[in-house]
Amino acid sequence: MKYKTDVVVIGGGAAGMAAAYRAKKEGVDVILLERDEDTGGVLNQCIHNGFGLQYFKKDLTGPEFKEYAKERLEDIEILFGTYVLEVRNDRTIIFVDRRGIHEIETKALVMATGARERHFNSLPVPGKRITGVFTAGLAQRFINLENLKPGSKAVILGSGDIGLIMARRLTLEGIKVEAVLEIMPYPGGLERNVQQCLKDFGIPLYLSHTVTAIEGDRRLEKVIAAQVDYKWDPIPGTEKEFEVDTLITSVGLIPQTKPVDFVETDPGFLVSNTNQTSEDWIFAAGNCTVIFDLVDYVAKEGEKAGKYAAMYAKGEYKKGKKVKVRKGENIGVIHPIYIDPTQESTLYIRVSKVFDRANIKVLPLDVEVIEDEARPPEMIVVKLKPFDENIDEIEVMADELISKLG
Amino acid sequence: MIFLIAVIGGGIVGTLIARELNKYVEDVWLFEAKTNFGMGVTKSNSAILHGGYDDPPGSLRAQLCYKGNQLYTQLQKELNFDLKRVGSHVVAIEDEETKYIYELVKKAEKNGVKEVRVVEKLELLEMEKNINPKAKRSLFCEIAGIFDPWIVAMQAAKSVRINGGRTLIKKRLVEVEKKNGKFLLRFQDKSEYFADLVINAAGLFADDVAKLFGDEVPEIFPVKGEYFLLSKDFQYVNSTIFPVPTGISKGCLVLPTVDGGFLVGPNANRVLSKYDTATTREGLNEIREKGTKLVPNLNFRRHLVKTFAGLRPETEKKDFHIDVGKSGAIHVSGIRSPGLTAAPAIAKYVVEYLIQEKIGMNLYKRENYIPEIEKTPHLIHIDRNEWNDIIQKDPDAGEMICHCNKVTKKEIIDAIKNGARTLDDIKFMTRASFGECQGGFCTAKILKILAEYTGRDPREINQNEDGSWIVNAKVRI
Ligand SMILES: Cc1cc2nc3c(=O)[nH]c(=O)nc-3n(C[C@H](O)[C@H](O)[C@H](O)COP(=O)(O)OP(=O)(O)OC[C@H]3O[C@@H](n4cnc5c(N)ncnc54)[C@H](O)[C@@H]3O)c2cc1C
Ligand SMILES: Cc1cc2nc3c(=O)[nH]c(=O)nc-3n(C[C@H](O)[C@H](O)[C@H](O)COP(=O)(O)OP(=O)(O)OC[C@H]3O[C@@H](n4cnc5c(N)ncnc54)[C@H](O)[C@@H]3O)c2cc1C
Repeated sequence: MKYKTDVVVIGGGAAGMAAAYRAKKEGVDVILLERDEDTGGVLNQCIHNGFGLQYFKKDLTGPEFKEYAKERLEDIEILFGTYVLEVRNDRTIIFVDRRGIHEIETKALVMATGARERHFNSLPVPGKRITGVFTAGLAQRFINLENLKPGSKAVILGSGDIGLIMARRLTLEGIKVEAVLEIMPYPGGLERNVQQCLKDFGIPLYLSHTVTAIEGDRRLEKVIAAQVDYKWDPIPGTEKEFEVDTLITSVGLIPQTKPVDFVETDPGFLVSNTNQTSEDWIFAAGNCTVIFDLVDYVAKEGEKAGKYAAMYAKGEYKKGKKVKVRKGENIGVIHPIYIDPTQESTLYIRVSKVFDRANIKVLPLDVEVIEDEARPPEMIVVKLKPFDENIDEIEVMADELISKLG
Repeated sequence: MIFLIAVIGGGIVGTLIARELNKYVEDVWLFEAKTNFGMGVTKSNSAILHGGYDDPPGSLRAQLCYKGNQLYTQLQKELNFDLKRVGSHVVAIEDEETKYIYELVKKAEKNGVKEVRVVEKLELLEMEKNINPKAKRSLFCEIAGIFDPWIVAMQAAKSVRINGGRTLIKKRLVEVEKKNGKFLLRFQDKSEYFADLVINAAGLFADDVAKLFGDEVPEIFPVKGEYFLLSKDFQYVNSTIFPVPTGISKGCLVLPTVDGGFLVGPNANRVLSKYDTATTREGLNEIREKGTKLVPNLNFRRHLVKTFAGLRPETEKKDFHIDVGKSGAIHVSGIRSPGLTAAPAIAKYVVEYLIQEKIGMNLYKRENYIPEIEKTPHLIHIDRNEWNDIIQKDPDAGEMICHCNKVTKKEIIDAIKNGARTLDDIKFMTRASFGECQGGFCTAKILKILAEYTGRDPREINQNEDGSWIVNAKVRI
């Protein structure tokens, strides 16, 4: 079949739903493509609360957040079970579903394809390839969607929010969690999740620890962990053995940019504050650009991408001027990396070390933000007003604020 | 009296021997210990169709490798598998290595391999933009190729089934008795079969199996080779890149795989156990370093999909040992590299030379033999209109299950119809869950389809061998 529209959104997670909603609100035709049978993306797997506090001003579970976002999509054409085969630079999109192979002619595109989980196999931990090693997402899919248990006793590798929440979830489902291991010297997830998911259940968290080997004949029988030094090399003599049949890994998300392969990526789509990529008609938002820790940010970014894509389709927004945003001292992640200075912008920043009180500066703009207990796992948000178009680079940096009194 | 031939071992060698025999004799029975064909040494290796230029002149390897390479053209048409003759370079980087290139030219000549030429620096760097810019020159062999060897084994086994032979899995030979001029074969599952002629093609275990017949073949010891598999995301090389070899193996290579990924490896370390396929920290460091010498911009952090190791069935003589034992059984042993390449020639050597000439058995070609078999095409690679037509008849052909390697539900169901029962069967038959996410996304879906189409509970489904379970209970009853 052949379709024609103004804006196509690929991916119906939090970012894609918000983009489709907002683009439609701008008065253009929208088609949303989702490869699954439902929208929501990772939200469907997160049946704990803590979603939407900023965006919907409510404390929701993942699926509840999805329902709220979905309500706003009533008059939007959503095609489920669609897999995008090709995005062509002549603005056609080819996709396949159970009805056949189809083509869409569009004016603008929003990529909202989310991220995939890094697999344990790519770490690379020496050993045999045996069963019993699951990514958190796969384990959640088995438990939540298929009503199946992936094992009886587990170790979790990775203490990001996903890992922490898995520890609680497995415990509640009767799978004994022997330990959570984290290679960094601090937990990767929110403090409140460490308390509610581990401490409340008496699950030990081993910081500066990683898996050095897995053993077993056919199914996993033993996980061997050790403490690591500052180079992440295991320290001999610190090995610990856990007799478990399951290892759940949550060791990072990798933005998915396929099948678009002709725009700038590293590894996610590199976008500007208007969510425009290096191709003016393609916009991107959410975890396919950079990994966000809060769905609220993702939804806001999605809305923004939808808005600018619709404006682009109407001819009201063209290729914006791009000011480069440079990562200065003590900054681990900065997003976006380009700014169209005629528009407002929101910077998402991860510091690269733990601070008591961080002073975050945006140079040469006169912007300073003070953040107490800044840690790499939690994104810091800095808003910028439009600024002088003659500036061709800005730099973001962080340093420890020394109290003037002490 | 029914005349029955048994082949022990369903690797690439055993399956191709069974198929070759099946062209003459209907009752060929293939016995494999594992849960599918090609899951032994045939599964974990470099998967290169070698040019045959560097085997020691006069060895059985040299005799069979080049011939095998040539036989692959026909074999590929009949068994319908992907084979890309991307060529191979042996690259000299250091000054002292360049003279080896000319030694290779002479060796190639002795082995009768005409399809090689010396490529000088400028052209070499033009052909392979990412290799070490210090490279001086290479020996290029245009007939070298890449393929998935286990697919050849599975397709050959299927071809045997279609032509009236039998192929059995989970049959580990444990005892042999000679009775009334026949061999009585006893398997681990307590089943027994009589055979008039037996061919032992048990790979790493061919020496152990020979002993069951009371025969002696050169002892086989395992030599481990470790690898990194990198994703399709960056085109590192176009052809197989060999270094100038040192000592026991062809060295650590960088090469494309037939489905678009890249392999870096192998090293070569003798190990004690024939079951030790674990990768090691030292080994991975070694190949990372050696690979980077050939292709300096290898990015393991970003592109690593997985690591794995295979075991070479090595002997002191480093040559194939293929002969009739005292018991009358034929032993195909010591099949180390280039065993994949030589396999079709080994099959002919066994059937045309050993059985017909040396044993003197008269065999006649069957008239009803069908050499060609079909294979469900990988839909992503066929013409879009044709694919669309297939979806109109079968909507499952439009449902994408594995997103990394783009495998549809139809392809998975077809694999099940062709005998797939485990997750590895699906993985190795269709490539689903073989990509970057390593099944993180599609494993749950595949398990569900397998359960549904084989009428089993998901808890009964294994990754491969019995005991390699995936899920063990229901969350809520
Ligand atoms: C376990 C977990 C716990 C979390 N906890 C919290 C929390 O407590 N609070 C909070 O605020 N945030 C939390 N987050 C973060 C937040 O939920 C995510 O960052 C956000 O939902 C990501 O949305 P997305 O739209 O970018 O990506 P996704 O949700 O991944 O959506 C991408 C969508 O695109 C579809 N898609 C991908 N490729 C294609 C294609 N080629 N064709 C068609 N469709 C495609 C996918 O099916 C999917 O529906 C958590 C995340 C996880 C994983
Ligand atoms: C690291 C490495 C790299 C290599 N690279 C290449 C290359 O690039 N090109 C090339 O041409 N060659 C290469 N080779 C060599 C090639 O892989 C082997 O020569 C070839 O796979 C041997 O096939 P096979 O059928 O003899 O053995 P296998 O595949 O091991 O088959 C033997 C089968 O017998 C079964 N079996 C064992 N015992 C019994 C029993 N008692 N009863 C029943 N069944 C039994 C096993 O389960 C197995 O499936 C490489 C090898 C290695 C290890």
